[in-house]
Amino acid sequence: MLIYILKKLAQMVPLLLGITLISFTVIHLAPGEPTDLQTEMNPEASTELKERLRTEYGLDKPLLVQYATWVKRLVQLDFGRSFSQDRRPVWDKITERLPITLLINLLSMGLIIVTAVPLGIAAAVKRDSWFDRITTLLVFIGFAAPSFWLALLLMDWLGVYLGIVPVSGVKSFGYEYLSKVEQVLDVGHHLILPVFISAVGGVAGFSRYMRSNMLEVIRQDYILTARAKGLSERVVIGKHALRNALLPLITILGLAVPGLIGGSVIFESIFAVPGMGKLFYDGVMMRDYPLIMGILVIGAAMTLVGNMLADVGYALADPRIRRR
Amino acid sequence: MKLSSFAMNALKLVSRLIFVLFLALSLNACREHSITAVESDTDIAVAYGDTIIMGTIGDATNLLAPLASDASSSAIIGHVYNGLIRYDKDMHFEGDLAESWDVSADGREITFHLRRGVTWHDGEPFTAADVMFTYRLMIDPKTPTAYADRYKQVELASAPDPYTFKVRYAEPLAPALVSWAMGICPAHLLEGEDITTSPLARNPIGTGPFRFVKWEPGEKIVLERNEDYFGGAPYIKRVVYRIVPDTTTMFLELQSGGLDYMGLTPLQYARQTDSPAFMRRFNKFRYPAFVYTYMGYNLRKPMFQDKRVRQAISYAIDKQEIVDGVLLGLGQPATGPYKPGSWPYNPDVQRYPYAPDKARVLLDAAGWKITGTNKIRQKEGEKLAFTIVTNQGNDQRIKAGEIIQRRLQEVGIEVKLRVIEWASFLKEFIQPGKFDATILGWTIPVDPDGYNIWHSSKTGAQELNFIAYRNPEVDELLEQGRRVIDIELRKPIYYRLQQILAEDVPYTFLYVPDSLPVVARRFHGIEEAPAGIMHNFDKWYVPQSQQKYKR
Repeated sequence: MLIYILKKLAQMVPLLLGITLISFTVIHLAPGEPTDLQTEMNPEASTELKERLRTEYGLDKPLLVQYATWVKRLVQLDFGRSFSQDRRPVWDKITERLPITLLINLLSMGLIIVTAVPLGIAAAVKRDSWFDRITTLLVFIGFAAPSFWLALLLMDWLGVYLGIVPVSGVKSFGYEYLSKVEQVLDVGHHLILPVFISAVGGVAGFSRYMRSNMLEVIRQDYILTARAKGLSERVVIGKHALRNALLPLITILGLAVPGLIGGSVIFESIFAVPGMGKLFYDGVMMRDYPLIMGILVIGAAMTLVGNMLADVGYALADPRIRRR
Repeated sequence: MKLSSFAMNALKLVSRLIFVLFLALSLNACREHSITAVESDTDIAVAYGDTIIMGTIGDATNLLAPLASDASSSAIIGHVYNGLIRYDKDMHFEGDLAESWDVSADGREITFHLRRGVTWHDGEPFTAADVMFTYRLMIDPKTPTAYADRYKQVELASAPDPYTFKVRYAEPLAPALVSWAMGICPAHLLEGEDITTSPLARNPIGTGPFRFVKWEPGEKIVLERNEDYFGGAPYIKRVVYRIVPDTTTMFLELQSGGLDYMGLTPLQYARQTDSPAFMRRFNKFRYPAFVYTYMGYNLRKPMFQDKRVRQAISYAIDKQEIVDGVLLGLGQPATGPYKPGSWPYNPDVQRYPYAPDKARVLLDAAGWKITGTNKIRQKEGEKLAFTIVTNQGNDQRIKAGEIIQRRLQEVGIEVKLRVIEWASFLKEFIQPGKFDATILGWTIPVDPDGYNIWHSSKTGAQELNFIAYRNPEVDELLEQGRRVIDIELRKPIYYRLQQILAEDVPYTFLYVPDSLPVVARRFHGIEEAPAGIMHNFDKWYVPQSQQKYKR
């Protein structure tokens, strides 16, 4: 098992390099440079500044040389400094945004699993019942409703009209003066809406997935055998069917790992959450190469690690795969 | 046992949450109550204290005046730093860190007499050495500032004593004075440092009415009153800029009491803020903004080289319709590059009211004729058709483009509209001059010098006369205008400039939108003036009984 993991890890290095090379090239192919945006359309700006900035950022060198310098720094875990006007280390910019994005994504992931799994099972077991039809309808509404629209409606109703949840942001004004417990409650209070909204689409999709998995499993011969043995329906569904239906979950969770650090710009803008999505979007709009690359590298690494975790998790959970 | 303790905890948590919800509800109720209270004279006496929470769309980037060029950073810098001079409410110069200044008879030398007893936020005294340092910083090639040009025109700068600063220019330069309104940086903290990595970029120390407290990136920036401010400590104790990237959310946040100030969109101003409940809690303001939107013609294209075509297009566009449709009437048609009512503005230039018949006559005269069953005008087998490009993210420009498209079609001109992401827009279309026409906007500078935008020497790649406008008389006027200091002598020069621009129509000037700020009603002392409402911000106050944030 250990050798298996190590082998997987070793394979990841060239893959990661390949990904970065391609992203680096693609980003530089996009028209416009960071220097354009800092000097352009400003009646006061001189063109000389632009040339100076280009030299300073190394943009006047060939692309491959730029890439080599970037990789050389990356190996020393240095992501470089942002090209935006604040010129802060990319690492600082990412790490100050990461916790809140992680928190929201983990909470919504938890909420999705906790609600979607039982929902899907119940819908499968009571297939074609009223319950199944109503959840199906709700799920499709959840799928179809644009989350920003739902968010604004809830903000207006719960936040402005009823005044029971904060409209936006993650902390109250005066947060510093609260005790530790109150601070946690305060953040929790602020996160009710964003977590709910970000979970809606996921619950819809995930419960469908769970339902079809379960239907698949229930049709299997071993379930028939279990029933024939005279086991109670509870045990048949809860033990024999569920465990098999949950297997694909591992893959989905593995694939969701890179999603944990990603945020949506629309979502974050609407809730005024200072997260990764907005950071990345602004970075792209500013052509802030070091920042874009920094986030992409982390995302790529997490995708690879997530895949590996899924592989390993599968091997652990499913004896058939282990033996192969 | 384990389970039951978990259940207990869960119960506690739930009851906690319910408690929090109730608290929030009751707080809301209190707030409504205090606002409906009747105001008497003693209720509105000037008082110190309270916090104002301002909504802003974007985060600041850099809080060092020479390096910042975005609106959010500039707003903070305006509170924390002072220039030598500043604009008063009527957009005239007044002393700031300089008590007064003299301009020599030949207009080449400016002497600033600095205020005594001013201290930086860290307690160090402010002197001419700081001004000298800031000047050197601006001309240092290592400083990545966009504003070096005007400082480089200085021939000699000197500080004969700690409270006098002199600059001499090779030639008189009218816009020179404006450049001394930029924030002066502290020499004692920056001397010998690399400005690009200075901690002051995120932790500024200035001389201004508010001192910097903290910056939570993407969330908020907090400032606190400077008790030792030379202009007298501001009444409001604390200023918080909260970053809310979405204007709809910002508006909901304002209504829920989370914000005290924001700039409204025309839709919000016209349709969503007239309820008595809203008017009871907020004051709305409206005045022309310092920006204009225009449609510029690429004069390298043969089609636009005929003045009559440009004039015809101007006649065919109903500017009032654009103001009504795009701004819901909250703005005015523009007639030139200056703000109506400001001193360089010439009210008496050729106008282009909506007159499609005049447009048709002009186009016929220019040889673009409708023949046979064609709907589009032609000349020598070529169709009168062009593409308007504009940038993504500005809905007003896109809507204006759509209205123009329809109006021009009515007089037989085929127009396509293309919307392109900003960076590509500049790189692929504007800079190389590969466009027919473009809808863009300029901020209206207080000094009327439009050298960079209109002068024929500024038509190179990456320069701002990207429509390649060339008129020898305009060049001459622009050169004259910046060499004369006296406003009365400059006026006729810029009046004439506007006449030529109106006649030549290198741009069709479209509209000047209104600024639409809204402020919570508990703030008193706000004075609306040509400069807007922020000019006396340090004199805004909240009467004792209405103060909301006690800490």
